[in-house]
Amino acid sequence: MAQSLDYLKETPSQTAGPYVHIGLAPGAAGFDIYKSELGWDIAGPNAAGERIRVEGLVIDGTGSPVKDVMLEVWQANAAGHYAHPEGGGEVEEGFRGWGRVITDFETGQWGFDTVKPGPTPGRNRTIQAPHLNLWIVARGINVGLNTRMYFADEAAVNATDPVLNIIEWENRRATLIAERTLRDGVPVYRFDIRLQGDDETVFFDI
Amino acid sequence: MTTEAEFYQRDRDRHPPAYTPGYKTSVARSPRYSLISLENSVGDITGPVFGHDDIDPSDNDLIYNYADAGQSAIGERIILHGRVLDENARPVPNTLVEIWQANAGGRYRHKKDTYIAPIDPHFGGCGRTMTDAAGYYYFRTVKPGAYPWRNHVNNWRPAHIHLSIFGTGFAQRLITQCYFEGDPLIPLCPIIQTIPDQGAVAQLTAALDLNASIPLDTIAYKFDIVLRGRRSTLFENRLEGN
Repeated sequence: MAQSLDYLKETPSQTAGPYVHIGLAPGAAGFDIYKSELGWDIAGPNAAGERIRVEGLVIDGTGSPVKDVMLEVWQANAAGHYAHPEGGGEVEEGFRGWGRVITDFETGQWGFDTVKPGPTPGRNRTIQAPHLNLWIVARGINVGLNTRMYFADEAAVNATDPVLNIIEWENRRATLIAERTLRDGVPVYRFDIRLQGDDETVFFDI
Repeated sequence: MTTEAEFYQRDRDRHPPAYTPGYKTSVARSPRYSLISLENSVGDITGPVFGHDDIDPSDNDLIYNYADAGQSAIGERIILHGRVLDENARPVPNTLVEIWQANAGGRYRHKKDTYIAPIDPHFGGCGRTMTDAAGYYYFRTVKPGAYPWRNHVNNWRPAHIHLSIFGTGFAQRLITQCYFEGDPLIPLCPIIQTIPDQGAVAQLTAALDLNASIPLDTIAYKFDIVLRGRRSTLFENRLEGN
């Protein structure tokens, strides 16, 4: 026998369910209650860097879009700083780098506007390629899923990114890389997230 | 960057697995490949910071925060309160806690909920607050009703309140549900049955707390929340020098 360790146990996760919007985006549920809902403006008006749009679908194992999903985005600014005391440096006034994204209930399409993040420090003096951290919850998802979106036009830094290189299967790394197109002069990145199937998105235990 | 101590590895045995066929919706929505395990880096140990300017002080009072003047929500008046702690038993101060729930009849105010029970015109069903310096939070609300849902045709959700909690780092992000002590539907619920560990189910069950009740007014339940703990930087693991 030995002394017992007195750590507490983490509270278990439960699914966010189909009505997550009531709590986290009540306007989408169909009513107006708060003075302001959180997470609609990711970058704010003063953020430096390229303004971009990100769009996609979350697709289930049958190939159908998931229409009741909520995503959260957490990202650095163009200088590679997160808006947090340990985030690496200053950020612009109004830049929070965090957002909530919900799908259209009819189509499952989601999208948001932000600025493209800069590279950030990795462990052991590595450089992480620009990326968005994403967290996905929905009915039927028991524990929120963590993934990352990288940018196809950053091929050189993507090739040395320490996290992409941890993924043993090179063909699966592509599931994290969003393609870039231009729409009315604005860069649009397309990022479909596949929960199952041949092209299942890589999810992380962080 | 000199301090970059990780959060403790998440004990996945404490959580439901992704694939839980008794909860049918999980079958097509559960990844089949293993999660790729990462050591934390800056985007994991940091997370959004909220302030009191982001919310109103009355956002934590669901009995009144959607009621017309002079009105209040219908149902059993309850206080839901507790502390947000980490696995080191340290309080997590100034963190955002958001909740949502059905009304006393088991009906959600949501355009996709079509259950026959009526909407309460004076109940929205959501609230939010920040923990204080000791990690303490509280809400006033009505006890939600049980309701049926389409899994098997005779499945009923026990009374529950959904909670969303942030902590200080994105790796701590958590959504869960709080149940109420003594509810006979708890052991029968396919969503609760996704959790393999009965001790973990008990951790999701709020305790009746008569000490915190307001006599002749409101009954109380206590629900403490534990987020992942973070390693102390006793010895650096040579993040920059390996």
